[in-house]
Amino acid sequence: MSTLLEINGLSKSYPGVKANDDISFAIQEGEIHALLGENGAGKSTLVKMIYGLVKPDEGQMVLNGAPFAPAKPHAARASGVSMVFQHFSLFEALTVAENITLGMDDAPNRKELSEKIRAVSEDYGLPLDPDRLIGDMSVGERQRVEIIRCLLQNPRLLIMDEPTSVLTPQEVDTLFGTLRKLSANGVAILYISHKLDEILALCDHATILRMGKVVDTCTPKDETAKSLAEMMIGGELEIHAETAFMPGAEALEVKGLTLISADAFGTSLKNVGFTLRKGEVLGIGGVAGNGQDEILAVLSGEAKVGAEMVRLNGEGVGQMGPNERREKGLLSAPEERLGHAAAPMMSLSQNAFLTGRIRKGLAPGGVMKTRKTNRFARDIIEKFDVRTPGIHVAAKALSGGNLQKFVIGREVLQGPEVLVVNQPTWGVDAAAAASIRQALRQLAASGAAVIVISQDLDELMEMSDTFAVLSEGQLSKPQPAEGLTIEEIGLMMGGDLEGTHHAEA
Amino acid sequence: MDFSSLSPVAMIVLLIGAATPILLAAIGELVVEKSGVLNLGVEGMMIIGAVCGFVVAVNTDSPMLGLLGAAVGGAVVSMVFAFLTQYLLSNQVATGLALTLFGLGMAALMGRSYNGIRPPRMARLEVEGLSDLPVVGKLFFSHDPVIYLSIALVFAVWYFLNRTRAGLVLRACGENHEAAHSLGYNVQLIRFGAIMFGGACAGLGGAYVSLVRVPQWTEGMTAGVGWIALAIVVFAAWKPWRVILGAYMFGGITILQLSLQALGISISGAYLSMTPYIVTIVVLVIMSADRKKASINAPACLGKSFHASH
Repeated sequence: MSTLLEINGLSKSYPGVKANDDISFAIQEGEIHALLGENGAGKSTLVKMIYGLVKPDEGQMVLNGAPFAPAKPHAARASGVSMVFQHFSLFEALTVAENITLGMDDAPNRKELSEKIRAVSEDYGLPLDPDRLIGDMSVGERQRVEIIRCLLQNPRLLIMDEPTSVLTPQEVDTLFGTLRKLSANGVAILYISHKLDEILALCDHATILRMGKVVDTCTPKDETAKSLAEMMIGGELEIHAETAFMPGAEALEVKGLTLISADAFGTSLKNVGFTLRKGEVLGIGGVAGNGQDEILAVLSGEAKVGAEMVRLNGEGVGQMGPNERREKGLLSAPEERLGHAAAPMMSLSQNAFLTGRIRKGLAPGGVMKTRKTNRFARDIIEKFDVRTPGIHVAAKALSGGNLQKFVIGREVLQGPEVLVVNQPTWGVDAAAAASIRQALRQLAASGAAVIVISQDLDELMEMSDTFAVLSEGQLSKPQPAEGLTIEEIGLMMGGDLEGTHHAEA
Repeated sequence: MDFSSLSPVAMIVLLIGAATPILLAAIGELVVEKSGVLNLGVEGMMIIGAVCGFVVAVNTDSPMLGLLGAAVGGAVVSMVFAFLTQYLLSNQVATGLALTLFGLGMAALMGRSYNGIRPPRMARLEVEGLSDLPVVGKLFFSHDPVIYLSIALVFAVWYFLNRTRAGLVLRACGENHEAAHSLGYNVQLIRFGAIMFGGACAGLGGAYVSLVRVPQWTEGMTAGVGWIALAIVVFAAWKPWRVILGAYMFGGITILQLSLQALGISISGAYLSMTPYIVTIVVLVIMSADRKKASINAPACLGKSFHASH
């Protein structure tokens, strides 16, 4: 094998941070090379430089023996470098074929392109219909579109940024099959992830980044998940002891819940029902876009339904708005951190006030109690290890992980009876994710009921007492999480809600 | 009451004339909005077009050069908006409103010495034989060239948006500007171009008012047509052919209420003058009631500022 891409001393600084500091490594032809690191380690900046979206301050790259300094993605693609983004760069209101045309520099005409899409997608086991609207497709299918778009340009290096974070286990298997096929055909793959088992299963080499620097390289085959994690974090991993599950009285009951989604590309909920007991953590899995946002909206009170469809401690709350529900102890933390869970331009203390007003008594008689509010905000920052210069910083200025800790902390510290969280650790680094999970477990141990909606199955398996899957707006019957296998869950996620014959506890 | 004076053919010819300025401005704004920009300055660009067209036409004695001047004038003021919103990232709503106020004032200043002058007349495109046919000749073959141009423009815009790669790229910018940027398209430049096209179309629409419809120059003569054009784009659900429908419907109601006023119907003229606007509001409410449908057609990034962050 010969060297495809060589990176020599790349550096990039942003105001206040050195995102990449003197990074060097090489990628061989046809190898699957892992780029491993926590959030904020500088992985994204690095690949953006390779793809021509960001210009390096210092350093050079050599592609196939020739100097490589793409000024634009266009130039990178022309040299055979393609990229599948973590947040897809797709257009919901356009069709598959239109989306693919947009990413190609010398697109053939419609008919020819449609045929090519069909041919290539079937070749690699990722069937696609060129005339479908992206907005109607699942996340896994959308990723196929991105991959096919890259493959149609015969790349020599394919960059994949956290490709599996939104896939079902079966979809992950399919993806790995495709990637191995590509690698066998001589295409090199730069695989970015923080999921260790994937890297162990898939990659030939790994380069580990921490705080913008290359800290280690290794051959994953010779490592364990634990040793990789320690290289990534730079310390020992703490593993917390499990607390025993002892459910108490019924806290929340959802029955016959049906909701037509208000979003054009949303999913309507169909006859959803479950019961949640005090001290229980219910994990709701499923691929994004199967009704997760709608369930959160119904439980938080943003979407109103029949009063008796949602019962809190025996009382029908389906017709109540978010503030009334907060008063009664039903709190929630939505997925979208900026703009939904927190107001981006407002300070942390103002954001703390926004949901904490009622339960914390921050505005008796309608006048805001500044000192009490600030104390509450400081309390969140301290107890949840939110790293920020102070409570007067705008929410927007915090990194994703820190803001997420703040958002979860704000709800947990209000002492909820039922807390609903959607994607609590999405885009959060391993250490912060562990502390968020720990906080939610502790909340349940203190007698509250918790619903965790997530696409990260490992997370759900680690946290949940009971587990259910959302598929096309329908919820499977919650089952004890212990003993469920990944295969069974995968089938449920694919829509086979009754197919698992798991013993009731 | 005598309705016999309301000849359907004559009314249709009149309504086409009344609808054309709206149609021109609306089809331009449609392209702007498809690229993800909300330019509320249509009224201002129209009035600038009206005065530029008038001044050029009077001084060159050529209505065609007048139209050209109007398009250039509209495009030039729209560049102010484009520069402010695309490169200095000013708020699109506030900047658009400012553009309208600026345009009205600027046009009044430019047109001060042109009050009371009559512009050169625009000839109709008459086709030997065809134009003399009863009904058909009046309906299809005896209009001025701008009317044919406006229809052709709608088809050209439809073809551009739905059948060309450049049109696809423009729609992509309006749909998801981050994604368009990450694919390597220059979102700001594309939007700049779309805004200028919108300005030129609005300018043409304004000149049609000052050169053909009225034909003379008075301050504020576009009288809210630009706002109606904005509403028509929403009514049309961002589809070019429905812009024709919307503009002609509005034109029709305008002509109908004028005719009814002329007939001396016992309803106060003020109420009749309101009807086109009331109908527009009612239709918009009905259109927007189905949130699902409305949001599919609306460009997802409409009105959002784009800043290339990486």
